[in-house]
Amino acid sequence: MSINKKIIPMPLRYIINAVLFGAFLYIMNHIISSGIISKYYSGVISLIGIYIILAVSLNVATGYLGQLPLGHAGFMVIGAYTSAIIMKSVAAGSTGVAFPFALLAGGILAGVFGLIIGIPALRLRGDYLAILTLGFGEIIRVILLNIDNVLGFTLTNGAAGLQKIPKTTTFLITFICVGITIFAIHTLMKSRHGRAILSIRENEIAAEACGINTTYYKTLGFVVSAFFAGIAGGLFAGYIGILSPSDFGFMKSIEILVMVVLGGMGSMIGSVLSATVLTALPELLRSFERYRMVVYSLILVIVMIFKPSGLFGTYDFSLNSLLDKLILLFKGKRKNGQKNNEIKEGAEK
Amino acid sequence: MSKPKREPVKLVPVPSVNIIPERDVDKTPILEVSHLGIDFGGLTAVDDFNMAIGRTEIAGLIGPNGAGKTTVFNLLTKVYHPTRGTIMLDGRDTGGMNTIQVNKMGIARTFQNIRLFKDLTVLDNVLIGLHNEMDYHLGGAILRFPAYWKAERIAKQRALELLSIFDMQDMAGNLAGSLPYGAQRRLEIVRALGTNPALLLLDEPAAGMNPSETSELMENIQKIRDTFQIAIMLIEHDMNLVMGICEGICVLNYGKVIAKGTAEEIQDNPKVIEAYLGKKKEEN
Repeated sequence: MSINKKIIPMPLRYIINAVLFGAFLYIMNHIISSGIISKYYSGVISLIGIYIILAVSLNVATGYLGQLPLGHAGFMVIGAYTSAIIMKSVAAGSTGVAFPFALLAGGILAGVFGLIIGIPALRLRGDYLAILTLGFGEIIRVILLNIDNVLGFTLTNGAAGLQKIPKTTTFLITFICVGITIFAIHTLMKSRHGRAILSIRENEIAAEACGINTTYYKTLGFVVSAFFAGIAGGLFAGYIGILSPSDFGFMKSIEILVMVVLGGMGSMIGSVLSATVLTALPELLRSFERYRMVVYSLILVIVMIFKPSGLFGTYDFSLNSLLDKLILLFKGKRKNGQKNNEIKEGAEK
Repeated sequence: MSKPKREPVKLVPVPSVNIIPERDVDKTPILEVSHLGIDFGGLTAVDDFNMAIGRTEIAGLIGPNGAGKTTVFNLLTKVYHPTRGTIMLDGRDTGGMNTIQVNKMGIARTFQNIRLFKDLTVLDNVLIGLHNEMDYHLGGAILRFPAYWKAERIAKQRALELLSIFDMQDMAGNLAGSLPYGAQRRLEIVRALGTNPALLLLDEPAAGMNPSETSELMENIQKIRDTFQIAIMLIEHDMNLVMGICEGICVLNYGKVIAKGTAEEIQDNPKVIEAYLGKKKEEN
């Protein structure tokens, strides 16, 4: 096997993806705004988008960087509270304009916390890192649970949480964020910086011997992961309208981790699909209320038994590679056809 | 096994008891190690290690198992920090530097137990070696600036060029972990070359290779030296390889240098025979 030659030239590959994604956004947005889908289901779709961002961002730290952070909900709640507090303070008329900035602020603050926690945490490995990040997530939750005001301003309201957050999260903004997240992480990973992150997962000693600054790239992976988790948190705040610290406990982190592990650590398509399925499944199974957690758990057990590396392993889907293959297949068939004809002609002569 | 053909190199002794090929004599040695030592607790793994390597020399480091050869490599690459002594690379002191800085200054290495990025492709392995040769920044990567495309295109070309030294360019798309053993060892050398070293450290490059692979490797090591004009230092147990290509050889036993010189001198040195080769002769 040699490196596959790319048949579709580079800029075109991006354009194809962008056009298809744009078409998807337009059609879905049209369907939702025209009211064909009930408000409940369109809410579920937004929630799926939020969980896709969470899973894809956690995948950077687990799948690509090879660490096991258990505090992803901690970054999410930082983003959620930041964004919610900003949104509550802006005038009612300008919420639509302010929302992207609120999301960005949430992401940046989560990223800053990622940096603060990342620098000491990433000196540790494996179980130790897991426990430290777990502790971090709990600290954030407990602080938010117990603190009413920050520097004299009543901001977080302690256990009562935040209420009446403007519900500004729509399908469109959620999935634009999904698109940006996936694009940014994809382009990051397919660059020298991304390869450096992967090399740390594969073999840290060899990575250092190749002149890769492992501390920097570990921190980078961690911060990127936290940043997008913060954005997802902001979207979640705008989606749900009410935030209470107890929603962002340890189980939330585990829930996101399960999505990543189930989809395959290191596979973006795996994270996207398993986030979609695992968010939709409990909603779809609502009619058998009593058994839905059983079914959910059973699926996890079965997947782990038969495909321990996750549904997709480290496989990543590329639409253009698929198109490349189809074109090759088509060309190949035509060539084979021509050959067969030549052989036939030869035989006739 | 016949020794590979090469031009005879005239070796001249230099003041510090090292032997350097004549062509390198008037230049600063690429590596100058003096009184290097390291203690692990009460155990002295390496003691008073002195060595100089010429700019285009192929040097050998031999010795019985546990003599401290790999420890010397780990000291040179700052995996361990020396307790005593100095390491001068190209006339600059590497004291206080870490592995990454030393690599950027020009030391690349391979490992005794292969350490490839097994789940990545052969090409990606080499591209990771070329990491510091590319210079586009994070934003440029995410937003796909022209600098990204240019650097990636050049790096890919360079990677394929490097792979072609060992005739491995056709394997570029394979996973590194799926390669046969010998190819994995060769890939590690290619990856190390990617970091653009001035001194290449090879830790048992011929381990697990059959005689024909080994003789091919010998030719390739010389080819690398000739094309890149770099110094190569290797640890090896295969005496055919060491005696065949190494211009200067240093013998280590219990962390101490017991002999230094050309292949002929080493072979005749009673201390070496006693510590190492003597045993082999009795067996034979």
